[in-house]
Amino acid sequence: MSPTQWDFPVELCCRPMAFVTLTGLDVTYNAVHRAIWDAFCANRRADRVPISFKVLPGDHEYPKCRTKRTSYEWYIPKGILKTGWMNKHLNLVPALVVVFYELDWDEAQWKEKQSECATRVEIVRQSLQGRNTKVAVVLIQKKTPLPPGEDLIASERAAALCNACDLSGKSLFVLPHTDHLVGYIIRLENAFYEHAQTYYYTEIRRIKSHKEFLNKTTHQLLFVRHQFKIAFFSELKQDTQNALKNYRTAYNLVHELRSHETNMLEIKTMAGFINYKICRLCFQHNTPLDAIAQFRKHIDLCKKKIGSAELSFEHAAWMSKQFQAFGDLFDEAIKLGLTAIQTQNPGFYYQQAAYYAQERKHLASLLCHHDLSVAYPSPDPLETPNGVLDFYGQRAWRQGILSFDLSDPEKEKAGILALQLKERDVIHSELIISLLSNAVAQFKKYKCPRMKSHLMVQMGEEYYYAKDYTKALKLLDYVMVDYRSERWWTLLTSILSTALKCAYLMAQLKDYITYSLELLGRASTLKDDQKSRIEKNLIMVLMNESPDPEPECDASTVKLAQRLWADRVSLAGSNMFTIEVQDFVPFVQCKAKFLAPSFHVDNPVELYVYLKTDCPHPIRFSKLCVGFSNQEYNQFCVVEEQYQSSDILQQSAQGTMCLVPGKTRKFTFKFVAKTEDVGKKIEITSVDLILGSETGRCVILNWRGGGGDAASAQEAVQAARSFKRRPMLPDTEVHWDSIIIQASTMIISRVPKVSVQLRHEPPALNNEMYCLMITIQSQEDAVIRDVKLTAGLKPGQDANLTQKTLVTLQGTEICDDSSPALLTDIPIGNLQPGEKLDMPLYIRCSTVGTRVFLVYVSYLIDTSVDGKDIVCRCHRDETVTIETVYPFDVAVKFVSIKQFEHLDRVYTDIPFLLMADILSASPWALTILSSQLQLSSFVTPVDELESHVENVVLQTGESASECFCLHCPPMASPQSGVATGSYIISWKRSSAVDNVPVVKTVVTLPHVMVESIPLHIRADLPSFGRVRESLPVKYHLQNKTNLVQDIEIAVEPSDAFMFSGLKQIRLQILPGTQQEMLYNFYPLMAGYQQLPSLNINVLRFPNFTSHMLKRFLPTHVFVKPQGRRVDDDSIEAA
Amino acid sequence: MAVCVAVIAKENYPLYIRSIPTENQLKFHYTVHTSLDVVDEKISAMGKALVDQRELYLGLLYPTEDYKVYGYVTNSKVKFVMVVDSSNTALRDNEIRSMFRKLHNSYTDVMCNPFYNPGDPIQSRAFDNTVTSMMVAAC
Repeated sequence: MSPTQWDFPVELCCRPMAFVTLTGLDVTYNAVHRAIWDAFCANRRADRVPISFKVLPGDHEYPKCRTKRTSYEWYIPKGILKTGWMNKHLNLVPALVVVFYELDWDEAQWKEKQSECATRVEIVRQSLQGRNTKVAVVLIQKKTPLPPGEDLIASERAAALCNACDLSGKSLFVLPHTDHLVGYIIRLENAFYEHAQTYYYTEIRRIKSHKEFLNKTTHQLLFVRHQFKIAFFSELKQDTQNALKNYRTAYNLVHELRSHETNMLEIKTMAGFINYKICRLCFQHNTPLDAIAQFRKHIDLCKKKIGSAELSFEHAAWMSKQFQAFGDLFDEAIKLGLTAIQTQNPGFYYQQAAYYAQERKHLASLLCHHDLSVAYPSPDPLETPNGVLDFYGQRAWRQGILSFDLSDPEKEKAGILALQLKERDVIHSELIISLLSNAVAQFKKYKCPRMKSHLMVQMGEEYYYAKDYTKALKLLDYVMVDYRSERWWTLLTSILSTALKCAYLMAQLKDYITYSLELLGRASTLKDDQKSRIEKNLIMVLMNESPDPEPECDASTVKLAQRLWADRVSLAGSNMFTIEVQDFVPFVQCKAKFLAPSFHVDNPVELYVYLKTDCPHPIRFSKLCVGFSNQEYNQFCVVEEQYQSSDILQQSAQGTMCLVPGKTRKFTFKFVAKTEDVGKKIEITSVDLILGSETGRCVILNWRGGGGDAASAQEAVQAARSFKRRPMLPDTEVHWDSIIIQASTMIISRVPKVSVQLRHEPPALNNEMYCLMITIQSQEDAVIRDVKLTAGLKPGQDANLTQKTLVTLQGTEICDDSSPALLTDIPIGNLQPGEKLDMPLYIRCSTVGTRVFLVYVSYLIDTSVDGKDIVCRCHRDETVTIETVYPFDVAVKFVSIKQFEHLDRVYTDIPFLLMADILSASPWALTILSSQLQLSSFVTPVDELESHVENVVLQTGESASECFCLHCPPMASPQSGVATGSYIISWKRSSAVDNVPVVKTVVTLPHVMVESIPLHIRADLPSFGRVRESLPVKYHLQNKTNLVQDIEIAVEPSDAFMFSGLKQIRLQILPGTQQEMLYNFYPLMAGYQQLPSLNINVLRFPNFTSHMLKRFLPTHVFVKPQGRRVDDDSIEAA
Repeated sequence: MAVCVAVIAKENYPLYIRSIPTENQLKFHYTVHTSLDVVDEKISAMGKALVDQRELYLGLLYPTEDYKVYGYVTNSKVKFVMVVDSSNTALRDNEIRSMFRKLHNSYTDVMCNPFYNPGDPIQSRAFDNTVTSMMVAAC
């Protein structure tokens, strides 16, 4: 885009840098010079001094310097700032001219060269006549210079050269052309920079010196001009603080100028320039708040300075530019690291710029609506002799005229007309849109979604004005969603109205219909007459006719649109439109519901579709159809009505598809579910409502799922929250809000009419064949077929239970591990009505605990639904929880033969007893059929092993015991525990029938410690004695070792007995033999008396004490009192 | 003086919005709607502060060239937005605050009406009158 009148000049916006020209360099043909030049201009990073270099020929003509006036007395300035001034000091008048000259110190023709150099310097000086521009000379040398002071020739010749060129020593430089070129160049330019700064300093001083000659009345403009120049030179000098200060002063001075319509533009232009500079510097100094404050002040001061009313669009354009420029500055500062916030970001300035651009457009349309016959004035009043203005912001046709009176009103008129005509050709929309899109980008960055949407609406509207309807629709469509979801209906309606206009003007059928649908809907805030008009148009479109134009459309565009519509009408085909209405708020609302969340397969599935319209007039639809997840049902849910297309608005009493506004209409559908769908979900996937007919245009309104739209969810919430009583309605009608969408239903199997009864006697006993009697009785009216039974452990329990539970139908023998835990699909056949069937199920649980069993009966039955025959599979299931317990507890222990003492170890070859106690734990009586002892090889029975508990019946809590006499033969490794075998009990329930198998419970006998002893002693003793009657006792001592045993025996006396026999003896027993000792005890007292104890000392086995041996000996004996003689006699007599 | 007064529901849809009839009503709707950006931001920033120390008055939301927009949010996240003419420099922060308080009281009265269903647009003559008084009389 070419710069317009309102854009700031480039020289204002750039960063001013000291201007230095380089002469005497031949950059085209001389490689050395080229390298030097490259080193100056290439790679200028921020750490290099800010200088702008230019290569010029040595004889370049610099702008002439006008003779400085000595007095301002009669001088009247013609304007504030000349248009060329900034550029002159940036690019034309250098602060320093550098003369490059190739000269080595040891040059042979030194004299000639020196004078040539002096001539060159002189030429430059001539050209800079009257200016304070500095001149410097750089000698390009091939040799590396010696350190200062060592080269005497050099210093001498240098002095001579300075003299010849009239230079100070500080202005002569040497540039050896060696490896370190860049380093030398950087040092050089630093030196140049110092010179340049001195130059700008003197310039500032010079301008300041003019001040005292000025007076406030005639030289007001000069105050501003000088202040501006000082500030600008300060910038060139890189003294930004002073520049800012001076610009601020200049800004204040501008507003002190006497303003009038004729110079308003000039003042504003200069104010805008200075303001720009101030804001720029403030951002540069990282004081953004100062920048913002300055800008606000600027706007407040200038907002009302409109100037000529006929050119008021210029003011708007100027304002727009001010905001835009500030926005740009702000944005640039952000890119350099400034942080902006949500409420203070460049977006606001772009937005405001866009606002003024809109204002400009508005004013232009008011002021520039000249007839086409009005010709552009000739000669062109905007033409100036040299093509540019002399001063910023002046009118071309009266430059330099300071008088406020218009000397030539005709010329003024022509000028204004020319400007107005020019303004007419400006494409305002483009400007506005680009500003808006700048703003959008900013607001997006600063989390202002709504502001962004608002600006996009404005952009869309601007595109609409610019007749770019496609782009307009794209933008509007995009933001509509946001306004709809936030439910700002007023705004949505306004956007929709614009969108509808666009759609009309482009004759976009589908969009036109879509927007109409929503504008007629309940979310639209349009008045009824508007809705009425839109509805009429919609009907016309459906009847394949052109709609009436939208209001407020341009007449010419309407003509075009009408032609487009006519073309659309004549085009055949593609007249079907499917519109997804779920995502907006159309004028028809739809709610579909299944009557129940589930249906039995032998009942018809019923559903209602409710429709309600919000448009002003009744409207007819041609078809309503419902789509399901299983599409086979779709055919059952269709309502269709044929009517003449002209009748679409006609209200008919019979017409089922005619919807009256505000009235809820219910459509009932019914169908029979397929038996395959049992256990599945049927979903409504879509509801299609068809508006219009095949002959005209046809619109399918499509709801996904069971209806509802963008607003319905919230409405439902509000309705649910409301305490308001709804007015009474006749039974046939319902309240729209009270309808709840039910878009899916389950098809479940028919209710079974069969009873399943279970009989059993819990708890189950461990390992028994537990009988569960299943009784199935049909209560159906017809024969049921294919009855199947599934019974057993209910799946989904502890996995270990599956291993430990066995199920069978055969109860006659104990099932083995091959039986499953669950018997599936046992065919049973058919059952007549009322027929009853018993099935025993045997369960064997090999662990105790609780189990859940499942009994599941399924069957087929023929039935009819709504006259349609179907085969239903019905099923009934029962579960039962069964506890398994141990039938009895078995306790086994080893006891000594003499005193039934508990033994923790047994001795080789010495008999002992095994006692088995069976304690019934079953709540039912048990019959023990037999018991059996299976001994291991370590143990042998002393006598026959026969069961003592055969056919014993045990009630709950009763116990049976038996004992066996055993002994351990000697073995290889004594002293260790040995397995003794197992004990097997065969039992069944006492109540069980004969063919119920006997359960064998195996009890593993405990291990026992077996020890061998060197000596065994046994006493032969009568079971009782009598006072004063002799009691003979014989002790048998048996040597169990292979050695001869020396034994000491002593009998300790006892109070209760006298005795005869060896009181103390020492004897030897040969290996394997036994010795007998006979004693005659004579009891003295009656009662349970302690026998005289036998102390035995085995000399070879000192550890083997008498204490251990005493275990084998009786310690007490019962002594009966002396009987009376009579009794004695009677006994003898007997 | 207020040129537009709006009550916005927790879900950010308008419950009540009234502007001076002399100017484009739509413009104020947009102004109020866009100001919700700032309200949302302020509320989410406030969420971190202690609940009981919460200040309901949100202050100046953002200045436009011609208007100043002020915000206020109740504990139930219902927002009040007031648009004031920028040229009216007499209106201090404190006065705006008291206007909001008045509005809040009136809104509370509306809520106390057993026939009012929270979330529905406000249609109350008493509330209307409060708003009118703010839009007409100089504080």
